[in-house]
Amino acid sequence: MTLPLIIYRSLRQHALSTLITAGSIALACGLLMTVWMVKTQAQAAFVSTSTAFDAVLGARGSKLQLVLNGIFHLEASPGNLAWADYEFIRKHPAVKTAIPIAVGDNLRGYRIVGTVPELFSKVEYAPGKKYELRAGGKIFADSAREAVVGSFAAERLMLKIGDTFQPFHGLAFDEKNQHEETFTVTGILAPTNTPADKVVWIPIKGVQTMSGHDPKAATDVSAVLIQLRAATAGFMLDMMINKQGNRMTLAYPVGAIMTELFGKISWFDRVLALVAYLVALVAAGSVLASIYNSMSARQRDLAILRALGARRRTIFGAVVAEAACIGALGSAAGFGIYFALMAGVAEVIRAQTGVVLNVTAGHAVLWVCPLVMTALCALGGAVPALKAYRTPVAETLAPVS
Amino acid sequence: MLNVVDLTKSFTAPEGGRVEIVRVPRFELAAGEQRALRGESGSGKTTFLHLIAGILAADGGRAEIDGVDMAALPEAKRDRLRADKLGYIFQTFNLLQGYTVLENVLLGMSFGPRGVDRAHAVEVLGRVGLAHRLGHFPRQLSTGQQQRVAVARALANRPKLVLADEPTGNLDRVSSKEALALIREVCRENGAALLLVSHDDGVLAQFEGMQDFAVINEAKTVRGGVTPPTTTEAAK
Repeated sequence: MTLPLIIYRSLRQHALSTLITAGSIALACGLLMTVWMVKTQAQAAFVSTSTAFDAVLGARGSKLQLVLNGIFHLEASPGNLAWADYEFIRKHPAVKTAIPIAVGDNLRGYRIVGTVPELFSKVEYAPGKKYELRAGGKIFADSAREAVVGSFAAERLMLKIGDTFQPFHGLAFDEKNQHEETFTVTGILAPTNTPADKVVWIPIKGVQTMSGHDPKAATDVSAVLIQLRAATAGFMLDMMINKQGNRMTLAYPVGAIMTELFGKISWFDRVLALVAYLVALVAAGSVLASIYNSMSARQRDLAILRALGARRRTIFGAVVAEAACIGALGSAAGFGIYFALMAGVAEVIRAQTGVVLNVTAGHAVLWVCPLVMTALCALGGAVPALKAYRTPVAETLAPVS
Repeated sequence: MLNVVDLTKSFTAPEGGRVEIVRVPRFELAAGEQRALRGESGSGKTTFLHLIAGILAADGGRAEIDGVDMAALPEAKRDRLRADKLGYIFQTFNLLQGYTVLENVLLGMSFGPRGVDRAHAVEVLGRVGLAHRLGHFPRQLSTGQQQRVAVARALANRPKLVLADEPTGNLDRVSSKEALALIREVCRENGAALLLVSHDDGVLAQFEGMQDFAVINEAKTVRGGVTPPTTTEAAK
């Protein structure tokens, strides 16, 4: 009863500084957990999203740009491939599936991607998961002016089956550049939590033959998404297309390219983590300063406790435990900040990329971080605890008569 | 119960040198006995009580409580002996302002050998007339009531020896008389010995065996010589 009572009363007596200090701990803890979880979740989500295809074939250029453009529907296409190139790779014995895509238009900022119906019927976007349509929908016909809309895009564009729209030219929305063609929505995709959710899918011929597009490119494709029959075939194709050829680029393996991307931007993670660590240190320091500054006011209480028979180590332990309690309270509140930040960041990432982060996912950092913060605070509390430990009882209690 | 032999204590004076505050060759108090010591401010009587209670470490001599020499014990054992055997009533009460009346008493008990006994704490507070003030904070009480809390806290652990340092110094004459009677009565009920120090003749007159502290304290100021320990160092 003694220690909890001493801690409780001390926290109550210094309620304002306790709240402010716990708030800074909460901020530090929430920030640390968010930085860590966004990093790990984003990396995992991006890498797992890219597992649907083994390789991306495109015009000569950057492999990363090809992957971002073909799979994540980000960035511009590095150039076009002739239909014959698509046919060549489709018929290659090492290739299991080849899906052509054509880009260049948008619907109020949401990318329009031309492709073939096989994307929805043959491809698993994740192991064991095929694209599904919401009730009443159907895949567009290959040569019709029809569209299948990703779930996120449909929600934001407020599109439903039977609605019509006219695409806008270019990847960025400009209301002056509207095409004449009208497409009818025939299906809405069920959520996949992949970039496909924020795409408006139409038949590839729809993009190729859109009014205002170069008639010479009427059969060109922007990229070909490839599933291989065997992993070893990728190295053979890589040798043939990238090293021996000079007209096309094969981005292979996709997962390694994404991992490489995260490797390149890892310095940013490190900077963020460093900032978070510094915030954590400052927060622990604030516990130290807060309790230390209150030591003069509480020295008399400590001396009284000593006079009542409390040992020095009891006093030391009480101050350290109080600091740890502030750390624990702050860490608990940190989960509120963590969930709020994660929800915000996840929404931004979903809107920008279509990739969905799992806000409620578990990870060791979610218990390690609060524990470390609490331990840091306890460590910070050791300094004022030492001062409390040294409180001279007789001098503090009363003047010598 | 209490046996003091050649107990000495000195401090460093601000101008250097050593000031001897306490030198008591012999002082005894029997179990259940009540004794008052008269002393003016600065006579060293509080230091004497602090030495007996082990709040200060003695430079030399013995202060035996129930046969255990407080002066010879290391600090942790002095703390334990103080919690086990002693009750201390301070002139300024020294109540914990952030704690309720009941919590003040319970905390005092928590360091003792029997641990926290809520029912007994409530009973003792009832005995001093504060049963209806258990949840109040000291600042919500009158000076006389605060004094009663201090008495209850000192006695709740059923101490063998109660040390009272000017326990009525902050009370008016009527309250002082009542408080003193209460302390003596409760000590008697608990079988505790009482050693009270005061400079108030009105208080002292109520004790049969009153002694002058100046008579039993043979301390004299010694200047120069080896650098003496500071108060803080001495307490270690």
